[in-house]
Amino acid sequence: MTEAGSQQTVALFATCLVDLYRPEVGFATVRLIERAGYAVTVPEQGCCGQPNFNSGDQAGARLMALAIMKRFSDHDYVVTPSGSCAAMIRCHYPELFEPGSEERTAAEALAAKTWELTSFLHDVACVEDLDSRVAGTVTYHDACSGLRELGVQQQPRALLALLPGIELREMPDAEACCGFGGLFCIKYPDVSSRIATSKLESIVASGADYVVTGDVGCLMQMAGKLHREGSPVKVRHIAELLAGEVQKVSDADDQ
Amino acid sequence: MRTTSEQFPKLTVDALADKTLQRSLDGMRRVMPSIRHAATADCPEFAGWCDQAANIRANTLKNLSAYLEQFEAAVIAAGGKVHWAETAAEACEIVSGLCGEPNKDAGIIKSKSMVTEEIGLNAALEGTGHSVTETDLGEYIIQLRDETPSHILAPALHVSLEEVGKTFETHHEVKRAAPLTEADDMLAEAREVLREKFLSAEVGITGANFLVAETGGAVIVTNEGNADLTMTLPDTHIVVTGIEKVVPTLDDVSMLLRVLARSAIGERLSNYTTFIHGPKQAGEVAGPKSFHVVLVDNGRSKLIGSEFEDILRCIRCSACLNHCPVYTAVGGHAYGSVYSGPMGSVFTPAFAGLGTTLHLPQASTLCGRCATVCPVRIPIPDLLRRWRRQAVDQSLTGSGERRGLNIWARISRRPVLYGWLTSIGSRMIRSLSVPGASSAERWVKWLPFPLSAWTKHRDLPAPARKSFQRQWRERGFKKGTGR
Repeated sequence: MTEAGSQQTVALFATCLVDLYRPEVGFATVRLIERAGYAVTVPEQGCCGQPNFNSGDQAGARLMALAIMKRFSDHDYVVTPSGSCAAMIRCHYPELFEPGSEERTAAEALAAKTWELTSFLHDVACVEDLDSRVAGTVTYHDACSGLRELGVQQQPRALLALLPGIELREMPDAEACCGFGGLFCIKYPDVSSRIATSKLESIVASGADYVVTGDVGCLMQMAGKLHREGSPVKVRHIAELLAGEVQKVSDADDQ
Repeated sequence: MRTTSEQFPKLTVDALADKTLQRSLDGMRRVMPSIRHAATADCPEFAGWCDQAANIRANTLKNLSAYLEQFEAAVIAAGGKVHWAETAAEACEIVSGLCGEPNKDAGIIKSKSMVTEEIGLNAALEGTGHSVTETDLGEYIIQLRDETPSHILAPALHVSLEEVGKTFETHHEVKRAAPLTEADDMLAEAREVLREKFLSAEVGITGANFLVAETGGAVIVTNEGNADLTMTLPDTHIVVTGIEKVVPTLDDVSMLLRVLARSAIGERLSNYTTFIHGPKQAGEVAGPKSFHVVLVDNGRSKLIGSEFEDILRCIRCSACLNHCPVYTAVGGHAYGSVYSGPMGSVFTPAFAGLGTTLHLPQASTLCGRCATVCPVRIPIPDLLRRWRRQAVDQSLTGSGERRGLNIWARISRRPVLYGWLTSIGSRMIRSLSVPGASSAERWVKWLPFPLSAWTKHRDLPAPARKSFQRQWRERGFKKGTGR
């Protein structure tokens, strides 16, 4: 670890779903980044704007992007435990602004230093050992945005391979969508559920104890469906596994 | 183009309840991605070919009118004729004129063509008294059943073998020893019935996968060989296709063929790839006496130079349908349009107007798999988002949704307000939760409208008692966790 004075800072973009539904994923992310030798700060934040962007509300998405850009630009890196929100910032923030404009330049600068958690740990921090004693069989669901917009595929698997107690059992067609799709799951619930059913079949076919993914959206879709079906398969964010904190379902639940 | 896309939600309910369809889609989901993967994985050049194929298509579109004129001149030189149709109605009128007076002993035969589905050619010809017979087996089956294609390549995907047997028993006047149950017997019977049609037909209508500007040729790819009979046996061959199908050279076609069959069916080439150039010449043994190409615009030229131009690169391989989580959940009929799946959801609003087809660009998880398997690199998710943007800009989306997004954008920009309002929302949802198996888990099993859409099929993990940001600040973690 570098000395405190020269330590690089990472601004954590927690994402709305981590913020509201799975704070423990946020804390696991902080610990992973800190153990990798970086100082973490959590700027005050709202949503990255992806729901608006994907719904065609370009004006709203632009305002939200500006708010994030204002609060996150002063750090060495921005890291987020979500391929989806990272892809919004990395791939789509620049598209929101006119080429050559000041905002475009700022958006491109932010995009260049924004990372999805596992690619940050693997590609930037070059993490080679992890302090996690989690044991069990795991199957990994490739969340769509991270996989296809950011190329997050090998990184989470390489990090899981660092955990001695974890055995990765690939499910058939791991890269097939889970059916979450942001507002899609509310607009077309029957179709979304049918897609989730196919995903569940693949998860169960893997025979793993845990299904792990890099996005809380997918996690809620799969967990919600598995729970409704009465399945014993546990769903965790990859940050929780890598940080060795799978038992704590919610820090916030402590009365 | 007429669609029933407005009824998408209702049509998906029907599709999800259709056991025959769901069985077919299950098989498709299991098989299609793996056979395409197998056909491309052992081919290190494939990605480069796709780049080249995309460039060929994009560059052709940049100079489309020049290539079309070159194509027309070459067709005329080969003894054929080119007809230009601006609209679907015009195209049908031209074809109908070329077919002449209806003759009850000599009908019209067709090989599979999505453009003729798009313009409603069969209905138009039948309206003028012609008898039209589809000769692609899948198209033939759905023609007998009076249905529309549910997949651009496998039009009868939604029909079970048993249903095919029943359909043939109803429509074929053939003596049979036993009921039709085996696929081979059905095939033999269809072949026998269709052979008569082939031999007596005066006009054969095909589509075209590609048109070659430098030679005036039409390229037709099939797996059944029916197109070859359709274009060689009758006296008149009419090619009906879209203006965007032209490519400059034979070399270009060979590159496109390489990526087409691998993407479509996981094969290096389809069973039949036929290049046809004009009518039969002196000394040739087979071919029609007259050869016509009807070039259909029907809204395509409006897309050139628009933000949707990229979709005109499409070579109709169907890889995007085969890999789409939504298509493989509900099948083609739910889309209510001739073109279904991701490519259809981009095309249909362009052809039929966004007002009645709003659901199509919305009915996507934007998972992006379509773009990764597209052999001509069409950025389909971006194009779907553009339709969504147009829907918002034209105030076509529901006012509730627009207001909701607007409010969300305003709240999100102000983190303090966001923290305060989301904590109220979380508390309300959490108040509906019940304990799960472990004491640390809570689940929500019922939510009021519109969130009932979630709890209809899934449980919702309860929101945390305190948000991450609030916990972070309360614990004074400003300088890290200290662990």
